[in-house]
Amino acid sequence: MTASERQRGTAATRDKFDRPVVAVTGIGVVTSLGVGKPENWSKLTGGVSGIRAISRFPTNNLKSTIAGTVDEIYRDYMSPAQLSERLASLAGEEAIAQSGIGGKGYFPGPLCLAPPPLEVEWPARFVMAEMAAANGDAEYPDLLRIARQYGAEFGAFRFDILGERLSEHFGTQGSPISLNTACASGATAIQLGVEAIRRGECEVALAIGADGSVTPESLVRFSLLSALSTQNDPPQQASKPFSKNRDGFVIAEGAAALVLESLEHARSRGARVLGIVEGCGEKSDSFHRTRSSPDGKPIIACMRNALKDAGVDPEDVDYINAHGTSTPENDKMEHLGVAAVFGERASAIPISSNKSMIGHTLTAAGAVEAAFTLLTLEHQRIPPTINYSIPDPAIPLDVVPNVARDARVHRAISNSFGFGGQNVCLVLTQEPA
Amino acid sequence: MTDRREVWITGVGLLTCLGEGLEAAWDYLDGGGPPPYDDKTFAPYVVHPLGPISFDKQIPKKGDQRQMEMWQRIGVYAAGLALQDAAIAGNAELLDRTDMIIAAVGGERDVPVDTAILAGARRATDPAAFLNERLMNDLRPTLFLAQLPNLLAGNISLVHGVVGSSRTFLGEESAGIDAVRIALARVAAGQSQMTLVGGASHGVRWDQLLNFELGGVPLKGGFAPVWDRGVDGGVALASLGAFLVLESAEHATARGARPRARLRAVRSDRNRRKQGEIEATLGRQWDAIAAYVDSRHAAVISGATGLEPATSAERRALGKFGLPVRGIGTYIGHGTEAQFSANLGIGCAALEHGKLFPPSGSGDVGESPSMLSQVILTCVGAWRGEGLALLERINQGNGS
Repeated sequence: MTASERQRGTAATRDKFDRPVVAVTGIGVVTSLGVGKPENWSKLTGGVSGIRAISRFPTNNLKSTIAGTVDEIYRDYMSPAQLSERLASLAGEEAIAQSGIGGKGYFPGPLCLAPPPLEVEWPARFVMAEMAAANGDAEYPDLLRIARQYGAEFGAFRFDILGERLSEHFGTQGSPISLNTACASGATAIQLGVEAIRRGECEVALAIGADGSVTPESLVRFSLLSALSTQNDPPQQASKPFSKNRDGFVIAEGAAALVLESLEHARSRGARVLGIVEGCGEKSDSFHRTRSSPDGKPIIACMRNALKDAGVDPEDVDYINAHGTSTPENDKMEHLGVAAVFGERASAIPISSNKSMIGHTLTAAGAVEAAFTLLTLEHQRIPPTINYSIPDPAIPLDVVPNVARDARVHRAISNSFGFGGQNVCLVLTQEPA
Repeated sequence: MTDRREVWITGVGLLTCLGEGLEAAWDYLDGGGPPPYDDKTFAPYVVHPLGPISFDKQIPKKGDQRQMEMWQRIGVYAAGLALQDAAIAGNAELLDRTDMIIAAVGGERDVPVDTAILAGARRATDPAAFLNERLMNDLRPTLFLAQLPNLLAGNISLVHGVVGSSRTFLGEESAGIDAVRIALARVAAGQSQMTLVGGASHGVRWDQLLNFELGGVPLKGGFAPVWDRGVDGGVALASLGAFLVLESAEHATARGARPRARLRAVRSDRNRRKQGEIEATLGRQWDAIAAYVDSRHAAVISGATGLEPATSAERRALGKFGLPVRGIGTYIGHGTEAQFSANLGIGCAALEHGKLFPPSGSGDVGESPSMLSQVILTCVGAWRGEGLALLERINQGNGS
């Protein structure tokens, strides 16, 4: 088929750069608000917070004692690997069921997964120490002596274990991709799937972001970087993006899955199209390991790259799903970026942060928030930024304060900015006529 | 695909136990000296440590070095060598649109802190509260940044200014194979003009040995070439960094860059590792490229790990290719995520010198072709993941 034949025959299923249009035909989501789209959407638009006091381990001596944990599926002790796998499975199953593609244990495309970095956890380390030196102190060489014998009991320590197990579970094709761009990981997973479909390598891809890594050490790590809110009481009011008294993010768990599919393929099988991933943009930052460049250049370039990739202008955007972590630094920089990209419209365009309700789901966040942005397009209703009682005068944005709003939203962007200067922006739209 | 762009490797950065840089590694291999390894420091484990490195040469600020753990320093150093080799180091305009795909593990622990907590928790009346208290007081704030997998990429952005985009793949050997596969696909499809791809591994440490020992992976006891370690053999973990600059031929030509080799194809797969599946997967991957291979001038450089049964399965599969074979792991050890890129780097050197390095071990078969012009690189993961690449010599002058 020549390019001109292609344009004539399937004009609506190729974009203005003659690439296959990539649709979303399935969405799954799990957060501290609940399991599945209906419960999440009703609570998210109801302004309900999923943040609570941590109950799964003692929090003595910790500065932050709250989190958006997914307690309803947590049983006994689950390691981050086990919980993340469960979260990813639930989200993936919901997305695939809605899409109606494949069959039980068969998905006709690759898996692009954003898992948390996995490691040996303290409970396993303590058990190994006990086994290795029941009557004395154990050091690493002692742990090594018994490790091979009991390896299976300590479960996941391989970085590829989640990709491997989920690829078996869903029956995805080829080598599963596990990736990490810190807090932008979920968005990068979507981008990898979109690019593979655009290259013509596959017609469908399963993109999942999942993170179930709320542990004492993960809290300590973020605490030592002064990234977490310490306003523990009441937990529901700790995450307050764009507010003057914001003091950090609230760590959280969750997962989201998208079935990505070429629009041509989706239409040919009569699938319902939930939205389009019109563009993806990235830009890295070389300023600092945890802080954005003060001039906002990388964030600005990231949003502009996404709009350019979609072939649209800032005026075409109706809503911004913010990264909006509630840290003093992020929200200030995100405003700077939005102001530069959207100019005079910046203060008029609605921008809200899901993290005000669900906290920061870390490696899942980009996928969870893309899912919520797609639901915003579907329901024509914008979820609010809750806990917005003391506006930051330095951030004059329409943050959709405290109450959801009905609005005409044809096109939205979803921002994700990660430690290490890794920024991703997605452009999502309704199905073209 | 007719609209596919030709992709060249225009830069290689290699840091291995054979020395700093690709030429040092090649000279050592070509000289046929004994593989350098250490079976004392972590006895009974056999590892391949790096020699002394002056990190200042690629990471001039001490403050930057302090913010990294060793695996990141190794990676940032090797990435710097690759950028230098591609003649783009310091070129802000080019680095601004250079993409990155990195295969990384992260998770480097503070072993003394862990050890003290394990001891103290035994005596604590409330071990959970004790753990929280010690972690809050004893962990260095910067350690987390050295544990995050994506902070190797972050540090490369900071130190070398590569800021087009950055993605980090996780998952042992497969991550390294898929990083190169997707980097190639993106450049070939015009989604990127130039991509820095590679990884780093610091296997020479107790916590990393523990991770691998849980899976029964590391080599214990005596050293032997990867092919000859037997059923109780294993992987000799290495500290190594390996980076490549992939670039469209058009872009490279326009800026007058010297190509080291053409990257023709990369295949990546997984199977459940039931009997015969490694052979079947490698067989399919070979079938996909065999039509392009001129067997008179081609050879295999294998990334076999030394762990069984995967190593013997790979050897059986390679037997059907009918080409001379060399195992690189005997000399440089196993760098897991970084291994495939390291192997490709060595492949570039072999093509430039027009020959293979001397054999070592029973699986290194066949004489070097008189004028080596194609190299097939394999990577069979210790537990999962099978990859294969076809690398070709570029005849200078006509670019073909």
